[in-house]
Amino acid sequence: MAILVNSDTKVLVQGITGSFGGRHTQLSLEYGSQIVAGVTPGKSGQVFEDKVPIFDNVKEASKESGATASAIFVPPPFAADAILEAVDAGLDLVVAITEGIPVRDMIEVKAALRGSSTRLIGPNCPGVVTPGTGENSYGGCRIGIAPGYIHKPGDIGVVSRSGTLTYEAVWQLTSNGLGQSTCVGIGGDPVPGSTHLDIIKLFNEDPETRGIIMIGEIGGSAEEEAAAWIKENCNKPIAGFIAGTTAPPGRRMGHAGAIVSGGKGTAKAKIEAMEDAGISVAETPSQMAEALIKIL
Amino acid sequence: MNLHEYQAKQLLAQYGVEVPGGQPCTTANEARSIAEKLFSEGHEMVVVKIQIHSGGRGKGIFKDGFKGGVHLCKSADDVFEKAKAMLGNTIVTKQTGETGRQVNTLLVASAEKILSEFYLAVLLDRESSQPLIMVSSEGGVDIEEVAETNPNAIIKLQVDPLLGLQAYQARNLAKALGLSGKMIQSAAKLITGIYKTWWECDASMVEINPLCVVENPDGTTKMAAVDAKISIDGNALYRHKKISEMRDLNEEAELEVEASKFDLNYIKLDGNVACLVNGAGLAMATMDAIKHFGGDPANFLDVGGGATKEQVTAAFQIILKDPNVKAILVNIFGGIMNCNTIAEGVVAAASETQLWLPLVVRLEGNNVDAGRKTLSESGITLITADSLADAAKKVVSEAKV
Repeated sequence: MAILVNSDTKVLVQGITGSFGGRHTQLSLEYGSQIVAGVTPGKSGQVFEDKVPIFDNVKEASKESGATASAIFVPPPFAADAILEAVDAGLDLVVAITEGIPVRDMIEVKAALRGSSTRLIGPNCPGVVTPGTGENSYGGCRIGIAPGYIHKPGDIGVVSRSGTLTYEAVWQLTSNGLGQSTCVGIGGDPVPGSTHLDIIKLFNEDPETRGIIMIGEIGGSAEEEAAAWIKENCNKPIAGFIAGTTAPPGRRMGHAGAIVSGGKGTAKAKIEAMEDAGISVAETPSQMAEALIKIL
Repeated sequence: MNLHEYQAKQLLAQYGVEVPGGQPCTTANEARSIAEKLFSEGHEMVVVKIQIHSGGRGKGIFKDGFKGGVHLCKSADDVFEKAKAMLGNTIVTKQTGETGRQVNTLLVASAEKILSEFYLAVLLDRESSQPLIMVSSEGGVDIEEVAETNPNAIIKLQVDPLLGLQAYQARNLAKALGLSGKMIQSAAKLITGIYKTWWECDASMVEINPLCVVENPDGTTKMAAVDAKISIDGNALYRHKKISEMRDLNEEAELEVEASKFDLNYIKLDGNVACLVNGAGLAMATMDAIKHFGGDPANFLDVGGGATKEQVTAAFQIILKDPNVKAILVNIFGGIMNCNTIAEGVVAAASETQLWLPLVVRLEGNNVDAGRKTLSESGITLITADSLADAAKKVVSEAKV
C-alpha cells in the first residue's frame, strides 16, 4: 500500500516531446512505471521511443490509454494551462514539475481547483515515487524527476518542499534498511497544489505507512499548520527537518517560496511548532533518518 | 525584482492612482528645472528623494558627512544644491550595510500638505493562496511595529482572485480607515487602482506607506500615494517587457548579477566558508550544517539540477572573487546526474581557476564510485567526506586554520 500512486497507476506526460520531459519519461519507463501516453498539441499520431503514443490533448490521451495521473513538463508560460487541461479532463492526480510558473497563474489555478476532485502536487517539485518490489525498487511508480534507484519499498512516508533534500532523506532511510511507502515532493513555490498537511493526512490514513519524515524550509506557515494538526490528530512517529536556519531575512533562497519576510516564516518558529507537536527534529540534514529511527 | 519609488509611482499612475506630481532626474540642473515647474504650478514645497532600493532613506548619512537622502525645499536653488550634494555620493542607511549605495537618480516631486496618513499593502496570502489587502489607519510608521504593538489597527481583506476586488469591498476598506463623505469614493478608486497594479503587473507586493489625504494648492482635498514600494514576480517578467527594463543592476550585488548570467543562484553572505550545492533546499541545509559545526557560510549557491562543467567552473570563479572565503565545500547529491560528470567538472574547475583554497568534496548518488576515483586520481588537493555532517565539520576546521 501507498498513497497517491502505486505500481498499477497509469500515467500520461504533458510535454513529453520536450528534452527534459522526454528524458525523464525515459527514466520512468526504465524504472518500470506505467507511462501510457504523452500529450503535445499538434503531434498526435507520433510515438515516443516506440512505446508511448502521443495525443493532441489530455482528454483523448486519458480516454485512449486509461491514464488517471499526469506529469507536467510544459514550460512555465504554458504550465497553468496544462494543469487546468488535466483538471478539466478529470484526472485524479496532476504532478507539475515545471519550475518558474508566475504566482498569479498559480493563484488562478488554485482557485479553479476548489471543489474539483483532482489533486495537484507541485509545481516546482521533484514529483512522487512509490517504490516497486524489483531490484533497486524497480516496478514502482515514478512521476517526475527523482532518482528511482535510491528508493526501497517499505513503510516510511516522506514529504518535502525540496528535491535534493528529499533524495538525501530517502538515501539515508534506504542506507539504514528502512523502505518508503511513498515519497512526495510538494515543491518550493509560494502557491503549492498540496501542502505538507494534505500529504500527512494521507499518510496518517494509510495503514501501511508506519512513520513519516517531513522536510520543510523557511517561508510561509505550512509547516506550522501541519504541526498544529499533527499535535491533535496524528499518532504516527514523525521526524522532521527545516532548512534555512542561517538564511538572511528578505532574501529569496532559490525557491520562490523560501523567504523570510516581515519576521514570518523563520526556521526557528517552524522548528518550535514541530517540536511542540512531538515531531523529532533533526539537528543537521545528515540525521533525518536517525531522528526517525530514534522514535520508531 | 524591486522597483524604485519613481518607477512604482509611474506604474500606479497608469492604473489611475493619484501620486504627487514630479519626475526622476540624474543631474542637479534637471532637478532645478523640475522644481521650477512644480513651484510655478503653485506648490509651496518640493521634496527631493534619492532613488535607491532601501528603506530609511531619510535618516541615511552620506560618506562625506552630508545628512539625509530626503529633503524638503522651498526654492529651486535649494533643490539644485541638495541634488548636487547627493548625486554621485554614497549613502549608508540601516539597510544598505557599511558599503552603502551610490545615488544616481533623484525623484523631485511636489511636497504634499498631508492631512492624514494611512498604510496599504497588497500581497499574496500564502495560507489561502489568495490576494490579501492590508490597511491600517496608522500610516507613515513601521508597519511591523504596528503589527506587534497594536495588531487590531491592521485590517485584512482576502480577495477572490477570479472575481477581483469589488467596488463595495474597496468602499468598506475606506470606511474601515475612518474616512467619510466624498473621501470614501476617492479612497475606493485609489484602492482599486492599487489592487489592479498588483494583479496586472504580476507584483509580489505593492506597499503604499503613507497613503494620504492631502490638501491641494486651491484648498480642496484628495487622496494620494505619497510613497510607494513595488516588487515584481521575477517569473512573470517575460510578459512585462517595459517593467523588465526597469531593472537596475546598480542595485544588485555584482557577484549575484554575474552568477545569474550562468543560471546560478548565488547570494553573498558575510562568512568565510563557501559552498557549492545542487538544489535550493540542500544548499540551505548545507549552510545550516556549516553554522551548526561552528562555521559561518560565505554564500548560498545552488547550481541547479543539471549542473554542467561550465556552470561549476563559473561557480568556482564567483566564489573565489569573494575575498573573505577561506575554504570551499562542494556538496552534490547526484540523483539523476552522474557523479563522475560532476567530479570531472570539479577537477576541471579547480585546475582552471588554479584553486588555492582548501576544498572539501562530498559526493553521493549515481555512479559515485567512479566520481570518487576521478577526484582521488586528479592530483588536485582536496579532502573527501562521506556525509554532509562530515563534510561540514571538515570544511569548518579547514577555514579556521
